[in-house]
Amino acid sequence: MLTIAGTEFSSRLFLGTGKFSSSAVMAEAIAASACQMVTVALRRVDLQNPDDDIMKALGQREYTFLPNTSGARNAEEAIRLANLARAACGSCWLKLEVTPDPRTLLPDPIETLRATEKLVKDGFIVLPYMNADPILALKLQDAGAAAVMPLGSPIGTNQGVLTDFQIEIIIEQARVPVVVDAGIGAPSHAAYAMEMGADAVLVNTAISVAGDPVAMAAAFAKAVEAGRSAFEAGMGQRSKQASASSPETGNLSSNLEFLS
Amino acid sequence: MNITLNGKQKDLPSSQTLTQLLADLELPAKTIVVELNTIIIQPDSYEKTKLSEGDQVEIIRFVGGG
Repeated sequence: MLTIAGTEFSSRLFLGTGKFSSSAVMAEAIAASACQMVTVALRRVDLQNPDDDIMKALGQREYTFLPNTSGARNAEEAIRLANLARAACGSCWLKLEVTPDPRTLLPDPIETLRATEKLVKDGFIVLPYMNADPILALKLQDAGAAAVMPLGSPIGTNQGVLTDFQIEIIIEQARVPVVVDAGIGAPSHAAYAMEMGADAVLVNTAISVAGDPVAMAAAFAKAVEAGRSAFEAGMGQRSKQASASSPETGNLSSNLEFLS
Repeated sequence: MNITLNGKQKDLPSSQTLTQLLADLELPAKTIVVELNTIIIQPDSYEKTKLSEGDQVEIIRFVGGG
């Protein structure tokens, strides 16, 4: 069972709620994924559509809400959004996201660390989105992050886990859960991250923009479970040298000389 | 009286409270958060919070996001 900040999660798939075609499809996809953690963002209310409220579709269910600080370009903006999120839902959970460059949406490591230090002191349960940097992961963990969320590849790119070499080191060193976030574009990518020993994966775009988001959510759920089971079963070592799967002794070659 | 509401100028009758503003906008107080001049206002203070000329009001809510 995955435990983050004292809360247990039986599903190791976390879902983002962005880019779904409708609230109904989103709610169905979440149900199909059986996830127990969903991320949401904060934005100005559209005053022309006062009834457009995502919490109507999400509100009554038993998820942990993980508000993000998307849109924040520095620590100060992220802290402001964190306080708004806490006021909006009464929860201290936070996906800290500081992305100054809209083209790459890569996280600013220095501002992310500064914001983590402050927000942990203010009582937030901070899960920082970070580049797959093992040294930074240790620093965030030391600053009190409840988990670390290294990226597989840039947000929304569906490129998969391009940072596997660094993520393996992060997993090896971490004392807090490691959630691979961003860029996971296919169930096989999610399974790969789980096979490496990631504690969970966070998926949004790959599900929300799929032809059938509900079926894709179910496919991801299976992949995450399969990957985790494989990790727990203990994967074989990789090798450059071939090693026969069939027995190499007692073969029939000596009895088949008549064939030559 | 002019305030800035979610980044846009808005003309209001003088000494309007936050409760009245939210009612005019047909916004259910439960689903939103209000920031007045960058300070978060708790819902139980909406009634006693009177708006003044030049106030910056931000009304925020959750939306879908990763």
